[in-house]
Amino acid sequence: MSETRVVIDPVSRVEGHGKVTLLVNDAGIVTQARLHIVEFRGFEKFIQGRPYWELPMVVQRLCGICPVSHHLVAAKAIDQIVGVTALSAPALKLRRLMHFAQVLQSHALHFFHLASPDLLFGFQSPVEQRNIVAVIKQQPQIAIKGVKIRKFGQQILEAISGKRIHGMAAIPGGMNAPLTPEKIQPFKQDVQQIIDWCEETVKLSRQLTDQNRDFHLQFGLIESPFMGLVGKNGELELYDGNLRVIDARGNILQDQFPCDQYPQLIQEQVKSWSYMKFPFLTQLGSEQGWYRVGPLARINLCDFIPTPRAEQARQQFRQYAGAPAHSPLLFHWARMIEALHCAEAIADLLADPDLLSTDLQRSGIKQKEGIGVIEAPRGTLFHHYQIDAEDRVTMANLIVSTTSNNQAMNDTIRKVAQQHLDGQTLTPELLNLVEVAIRAYDPCLSCATHAVGKMPLQLLLQTESGNSLDQLTRHTDGHISR
Amino acid sequence: MTDTLQFFIDQQAVPFQPGQTLMQAAQAAGLYIPHLCFHDGLTPHGSCRVCIVEINGSIRAACTTPATANLQVHSETSALRTQRRQLIELLFAEGNHLCPSCEVSGNCQLQALAYDLGMTHYEFVPLDPHRQNDGSHPDLFIEQDRCIFCELCTRSAQQQDHKNVFGIGGRGADTYLFAQADSSRLADTAITAQDHAAHICPVGCILPKQGSYQIPIGQRVYDEQPIHLRGNHRPDEQDATP
Repeated sequence: MSETRVVIDPVSRVEGHGKVTLLVNDAGIVTQARLHIVEFRGFEKFIQGRPYWELPMVVQRLCGICPVSHHLVAAKAIDQIVGVTALSAPALKLRRLMHFAQVLQSHALHFFHLASPDLLFGFQSPVEQRNIVAVIKQQPQIAIKGVKIRKFGQQILEAISGKRIHGMAAIPGGMNAPLTPEKIQPFKQDVQQIIDWCEETVKLSRQLTDQNRDFHLQFGLIESPFMGLVGKNGELELYDGNLRVIDARGNILQDQFPCDQYPQLIQEQVKSWSYMKFPFLTQLGSEQGWYRVGPLARINLCDFIPTPRAEQARQQFRQYAGAPAHSPLLFHWARMIEALHCAEAIADLLADPDLLSTDLQRSGIKQKEGIGVIEAPRGTLFHHYQIDAEDRVTMANLIVSTTSNNQAMNDTIRKVAQQHLDGQTLTPELLNLVEVAIRAYDPCLSCATHAVGKMPLQLLLQTESGNSLDQLTRHTDGHISR
Repeated sequence: MTDTLQFFIDQQAVPFQPGQTLMQAAQAAGLYIPHLCFHDGLTPHGSCRVCIVEINGSIRAACTTPATANLQVHSETSALRTQRRQLIELLFAEGNHLCPSCEVSGNCQLQALAYDLGMTHYEFVPLDPHRQNDGSHPDLFIEQDRCIFCELCTRSAQQQDHKNVFGIGGRGADTYLFAQADSSRLADTAITAQDHAAHICPVGCILPKQGSYQIPIGQRVYDEQPIHLRGNHRPDEQDATP
């Protein structure tokens, strides 16, 4: 049986560039979806030879949306290299505050700026409407909350690290400066409002799901194991903890798995058509062992959330969506439960006098290797480094959240295409639905329709032999041509 | 009683002592002439050329030109600013000066001059060198691709620390900083972290292994004031043993 090939190229804002190919057989059934990451970043290679203390500053440049996660996870790895097994309490609290602020602002960006146009206006709404500007015009009360939640998180980051994006705070064995009462005070005044808005958004997420329940729960529905960090009591843990893995039915496959032994837990497979690797759980093998990470994974696999309003929201979510929940669109709801948790955790930390302490650095006996693991906004993030006797990096392995969700995104796209591809006709609506599926996992893979500056997108239909059957192009000025 | 010796920079009178260079007299008078390879107390080098001034239509390095009575010196002209900026752009293109993650960002004199002279982008194609970094010393790290060959470290080691530690080898694009040891490794020289030479590099080439990124953004040398007001300084310049 011959196959038809559908190519979406580029899928814009994939930290640069990406495309989607759909393989369709004669019966019009999508047999395979391939999300290609066609741009090679090369961080693991070009940081070789660099002094190890530079890593938290260098690797945060991987991303402009979640740089703090890379900054902190690299710092966690470097802590081990300088022989520090436990930070001072004030340094740990400052890092946790920074991380909660990062996840809060990133989740707000993901939900309000990137996903809300789909959720509020519908997946088939006109292209001109599917962006944050339209949300500001038509639903200003929602958009303004989103902008202010994000601003709150970013201002905390600026207070701690000197900049809202790509700041400087975590250093080997600690942090470089405390907060001051003057810096903390404005956040104390605003944090309760932020918590209330996050809780309202959790309710909005449920309401939006409820309005079109069957569609939401069936859209791109796939089932998979989930992986993420949990605390020692099984609680949701974003900065520290050990790894837990549950299978698609919710049974625990691994619990309190030590982060520094991750190479025994997961392996990475390389495929010829993508620069992005395909991690899998060793115990399940490369075919069955792919898994998902991120907000939905974390809400699914934790036993509880250690802040009251987010825990109540988690329980309501589980009653509604089941345990574990699998629908990709439920990532958005889970995301806002986590945002609520972050806001509550920030409120608790802001009251802690340790934030003013100058006891911020520890030292120890130099090691040759460090492994950091953290829960970034999009999921579990691994940084693994080795250095030589001259303090130069010799090996770096970074497994980012997007990579862990790689196979899941491919399978979700395949499922969406199976559900919505009408024979061999390419439509702008299908193009957007594919992007909606990707966007549920990762805003770094968000696409043209949500860009304020319009991004080009090409949809190409061709046979296996390369004959072009149909082509659809969205140009930079927003108009679509065939 | 003798008249005060003086010359003029941009029509402003500058007093000087016999034997002083234009740069030394200008510094003593509180006038800033952009520079990188000059350091008060070390033999002038005249290599970076950033301190170029115009005298009677010719271009001279202020750090090597003796002060002369009633000399008319032009410094802050549009043409000279352009030439100084181009010199800075060439230095950026010759090395790997990646400010966003560099640990001396905010404290770097090359970066500060680039801001001050209005450099907004790479005008020249970067040479993208790849030299082997030297981390052999227990307290110091040499980031070879950031060296601007000002030889402040070489002169400081010789004249202040009385040690032979650094040298410049190669030619043209292959020029490199080397350690004066049979092994060419810094660990096999006599330099210590307390030496003047360890605290004089104007860029991010000679780095301490401890204490990186300690100064928060907002408190670094050039966060508050541009280099023409702040002068050429390092945050750790007082750490050298007198």
